[in-house]
Amino acid sequence: MSGFTRYLIQRLVAALLTLIGVATIVFFLLRLLPGDPARIIAGLLASEEEIQRIRVQLGLDKPLWMQYIIFMGRLIGGDLGLSARTSQPVLVEVAARLPNTLKLAVVSTILATVVGVSAGVIAATRRYSLFDYIASFGSLIGISMPVYWLGLLLIILFAVKLHWLPAAGAEKPTSIILPSLTLALFSVALVARMTRASMLEVLNQDYIRTARAKGLKERTVIFRHALQNAFIPVLTVIGLQFGALLGGAVLTESVFGWPGIGLLLVDSIFARDYPVVQGIVLIFSAMFILVNLIVDILYAYIDPRIRYG
Amino acid sequence: MADITLTEIGHLDIREDSLLRLTWRRFRRHRPALVGMFILLAFAILAIAAPIITPYDPTAQKLTQALIRPCAAHPLGTDHLGRDILARILYGTRLSMLIGIFAVSIGLIVGVPLGAISGYYGGWMDMVVQRIADTLFSFPSILLALSLVAVLGVGLQNVIISVGVGTIPSFIRLVRSTVLTLREETYVEAARCIGVSDWGIIWRHIMRNAMAPIIVQATLSMGTTILVAAGLGFLGLGVQPPTPEWGSMLGEGRQYIFSAPYMSTFPGLAIFLAVLGFNLVGDGLRDALDPRLWQR
Repeated sequence: MSGFTRYLIQRLVAALLTLIGVATIVFFLLRLLPGDPARIIAGLLASEEEIQRIRVQLGLDKPLWMQYIIFMGRLIGGDLGLSARTSQPVLVEVAARLPNTLKLAVVSTILATVVGVSAGVIAATRRYSLFDYIASFGSLIGISMPVYWLGLLLIILFAVKLHWLPAAGAEKPTSIILPSLTLALFSVALVARMTRASMLEVLNQDYIRTARAKGLKERTVIFRHALQNAFIPVLTVIGLQFGALLGGAVLTESVFGWPGIGLLLVDSIFARDYPVVQGIVLIFSAMFILVNLIVDILYAYIDPRIRYG
Repeated sequence: MADITLTEIGHLDIREDSLLRLTWRRFRRHRPALVGMFILLAFAILAIAAPIITPYDPTAQKLTQALIRPCAAHPLGTDHLGRDILARILYGTRLSMLIGIFAVSIGLIVGVPLGAISGYYGGWMDMVVQRIADTLFSFPSILLALSLVAVLGVGLQNVIISVGVGTIPSFIRLVRSTVLTLREETYVEAARCIGVSDWGIIWRHIMRNAMAPIIVQATLSMGTTILVAAGLGFLGLGVQPPTPEWGSMLGEGRQYIFSAPYMSTFPGLAIFLAVLGFNLVGDGLRDALDPRLWQR
C-alpha cells in the first residue's frame, strides 16, 4: 500500500469517527433538556395526546440505547426527522435554505483567499514598509471585529447613509455584497496574517537564494518558488476558516435577514424546534469535517513529507 | 528553558524573578502589546469605578428620556427605554470580563488535565481524548455555544458553560503537544529515575514548563469567549435584559438602526476594543514568553 493510500485511509477513518462523535453529541443534546423534551417541544398549551404524539415521533418512549440506535440508523439513511413546527422532513427544510448559506460561504472564502493571500504576499515581500504596517494593523482589527457589529456598521454606512446597497434580504443581486463582506473580513485578516508569516519563513530559505542567484525574475521567485511552498499552511487555515465562516454565517444571516440555514437555526431555537436544531448542527459540523478532510488530502497531495512522514 | 529547570533545584527566588523580569522586559518592547495592556487596564478601571463615573442606574428606565442623542448629560445617548448607554456599557464591562474569566476557566480546568494525560500516557487514552477534542473542534464555536444554550436555556450561568465548553479542545491540543515535547526532556527522565510518581512529574516538572503557552492561549481565549458570548447576547440567547450586557445592547440597538444608530455603535465598539486588547496582549505574551526569541 502506498504512503498516500495509507494516509488517505487513516484520515477517512478519523473523519468517520469524528462524525460519529458529532452525531452522538447531537443525539444527547435533546436529552440534555431539563424535563420532558416532548412537553417542551409541544409547548405549554399542548394537550396530552399532542405531547404523546411528539414523544412517539421522536422515539422518546423507547429506552435510551434503542433511541440511539434508531437515531444513528435513520442518520445513515439520511433521515433527520420531522420539524416540530411544520411537520416537514428536516432535510427538506434545510435543503431549501442550504444553497443560500453555501453561496455566502463560498463567496466569502474566495474573497478571503484572494484578498488575504495578496495582502500577505505584498506585506511579506515589502517587510516593514507602510503597506506591511497597514496590513498587519488591518488584520489585527479584522480578527478582533465582532462580525455582527461590522454588519450593522456596513448597513449604517451603505444602506442608511449612502443608500447604495440593500440593508437586508436576498431579493436583489446586490444583496449578497454586504453579508459576504461582513463574513469575509475575519478570514481575510487571518489568511493575510498566515500568508505573511509563512512567506517570511520561506523567503529565508536557501532555495530562494539559489533561485535569485541563478537570475530568475523576482516575480517568478515569489510566485513559483516562494508562494507555492508558503501556501501549504495557508491552505489549512482556509479549510479551518470555512468552518468559522459557517459559524459566522449564523450571526451574519441574522444581521442581514439572509435566508440561509443560520437564520433557520436561530428561528428554530426560539421556536424550540429541536429536530431542526439538531439537523442543522449536524449538517454544519459534517460540512466542516468534510472540508477539512479535503484540505488534509490536498495538503498531503501537495506536500509529500506529510504522507510519508 | 535552563532558567526554569533551575527552579526545580532550589534557586527559586532569584531565577523566577529573573524569568519574570526577562518576560516583562520583552513584553515592554512589544509596543502593540502595551497598547493592548493599556486598553485592558482602562476597562478594568472603568468597570471598578463605574458608580463614580456615571450617576445613572444602568437598569433604571425613564421613557421620557428615550432615544436621546449623545449630549453632555448622556455622553453616549440613551436607549429606547431611556437608559443611559454609557452606564450600561460601564456596568456591562464587569459582566463581559466575568463571562470571559469563568468561561476560560472551564477550558483550563477540563482541557489542561485532559491534554496532559493524553500527551503523557499516549496509547488508547490519547486516542480517546483526541477523538473528543476532534469532535468538539468540528463545531464552530458559536454553533456549539448556540446548541448548548438552546437546550440549557438562556442566562448568565448557561452562557458561561456554553461558551466555556468551546474553549476546551484548544487547551487539550495545546497541552498535549507541549507535554509530548517536554516528556522527552532529560530532567523529566531524571525525575522518573529517582522515583517521582507520574502525577508528580506531570504537575511539578512538566506543567510548570508548559505554563507559557497556556497563559498565551488563555489570554487569546478571553477575547474569543467575550466575542462569542456577546454574539449569543446579540441573537437574544445570552444574558437577558435588563442586565446590561454588550451583546444584548447591540441586539436591542439593531431595532433602532435607522433612527438611533449610536445605540449599536458604542456597545459594538466596547466589544471590539476588549477583544482587540486581549489579542494584542496575547500576541505580546507569545513573543515575550517564547525562549526561542530571547536570543534575538
